[in-house]
Amino acid sequence: MRSDRSDFRRRKLLENATGLLLSGAVFVALFSLWEAASTYEWVDPMFSSSPTKVVLAAWELISDGTLLKHTIASGKVFLSGFAMAVAFGVPIGVALGWFKWFNKALSPLISAFYTMPRIALMPVFIIWFGLGQGSKIALVLLSAVFPLIVNMQVAMQNIDQDYKRVGIAYGASEWQLFKTIALPSSVPFLLTGLRLAMGRGLLGVVAAEVFGGAEGLGYLIQYAGATFQIDIVFVGVVVIAAFGVIIDRSLSYVSHKLDYWKIA
Amino acid sequence: MNEAFAARDFGTSLREIAVPPQASPVAADYDEALARAASSDAEPILDVRDLVVTYQNQKTGELTEAISGVSLQIEPGEFVTVVGLSGCGKSSFLSAVAGLLKASSGTISVAGREVNKPGPDRSVVFQKATLLPWRTVMDNITYGLDLRGTPKKEARRKAEKYIDLVQLRGFEHFHPNALSGGMQQRVNLARALVTDPHLLLLDEPFAALDAITRESMQNELLSIWDKTRKSVLMVTHQIDEAVLLSDRVIVFSTRPARIVAEIKIKLPRPRAPEVKFEEGFDRHVKEIFAHIHQSAPKKKEWSYEI
Repeated sequence: MRSDRSDFRRRKLLENATGLLLSGAVFVALFSLWEAASTYEWVDPMFSSSPTKVVLAAWELISDGTLLKHTIASGKVFLSGFAMAVAFGVPIGVALGWFKWFNKALSPLISAFYTMPRIALMPVFIIWFGLGQGSKIALVLLSAVFPLIVNMQVAMQNIDQDYKRVGIAYGASEWQLFKTIALPSSVPFLLTGLRLAMGRGLLGVVAAEVFGGAEGLGYLIQYAGATFQIDIVFVGVVVIAAFGVIIDRSLSYVSHKLDYWKIA
Repeated sequence: MNEAFAARDFGTSLREIAVPPQASPVAADYDEALARAASSDAEPILDVRDLVVTYQNQKTGELTEAISGVSLQIEPGEFVTVVGLSGCGKSSFLSAVAGLLKASSGTISVAGREVNKPGPDRSVVFQKATLLPWRTVMDNITYGLDLRGTPKKEARRKAEKYIDLVQLRGFEHFHPNALSGGMQQRVNLARALVTDPHLLLLDEPFAALDAITRESMQNELLSIWDKTRKSVLMVTHQIDEAVLLSDRVIVFSTRPARIVAEIKIKLPRPRAPEVKFEEGFDRHVKEIFAHIHQSAPKKKEWSYEI
């Protein structure tokens, strides 16, 4: 029994290690190819950069504090916009899903906003909120809020009717039904909404900073691109990707903690 | 995890034998129920008069009569079962008594008070256990008490004795999806009992279980009822289940439901599962079956329906 189990564990471990090795090998191969293409000038190094150049550029940007400055600027915009999106989006979505008439009244408006490319509103935001953080936060908010609204709305509309019937049979009031049935069963939807909103929000930060302003990773990328500093563009891209991975991983960790009842 | 698996496989049948009926954790309830039964002879726990229930199809707006003039009384401490073909309206009847379905006409009174919505005087055990998956076994059992604002401590104290009664000791902190179907149904039963209702409503409580689990659950319900002596209205399509558990069996006609027969089950109490082998048991089963058979639509009408 015990040896069966440790056997199983060893096999599982081997499987994981192999997977890690394979994906690592793909990265190494890709970077080698890139490096070679640049070194042997298969492509113009001026436009293509190379992994070593990117690392060197990163080192320079880190040591002179530029990267940190821009990262903090972007992080501030992202966090403020995202927090506001959660603060507005979750209650609005819940209300839309819970109150039938509210939904009927507002749902066409929501769909109109949902499908529109948010960046189209950036010029308006700049006029309203200025070139500083305000317009950027507004764009992040607008980008991130809809996945949250829609997911919470769907969560409320997909409450298992059997659970609701149990609540009603035990004399639950409307508020108690909401608190003891609707809210707990919406947690998985909330987490999906947060992850989607996170992606949209990051997109919003970069788009807003590319559009205008004088700081942030989007600005860094835009400026470096305009001045043919491809190495710096890649540094910016990598930092943004890392941003995304870190937030996504932590959300997925939280979701495992909160969804414990779904997995046996 | 291994422990849970063991319980899943063997718990039901072994635990059955392990607990002697006299070691009742709810003896006080038993006396109380007997006293209640003796003192309030005058007033039935459930009094349904000329109940009519009509459904409206949500798409077409078409009206269908599900129950057509049913009157039924249940005395304190009595176990009454309604049987009938599927779709005959017996579940609608139970839903109406539970207050989940509006009566079109007629009255339903529980312990002398007319009811038209769910209330603490009734508890329903649904066919599907429908435990809230984000609550532990303990928190599922106390759900009804929580809704009533019973303090957490008191709710837990009350739940404790029902955890023993339905033999879930050791599983209080499990989540429902880690339990077998039979165990989930026990939680469902405990959740209904812990609120101490005047009337317990069982809606085909064991229909979703496999045959072996169902039988052991029936036996368990028999001993639980002996310990608590609740007034029960059960709905089932299992005739032997009805005879085993009930004091009285009501046979419903096909839709719209009317009472076609009422059979007093003259088997001694307290009953052991072995009562099934007695000759009287089979006679009751046959009698009820005959009534149901008569209520079934004749061949001629079937072809007409098609």
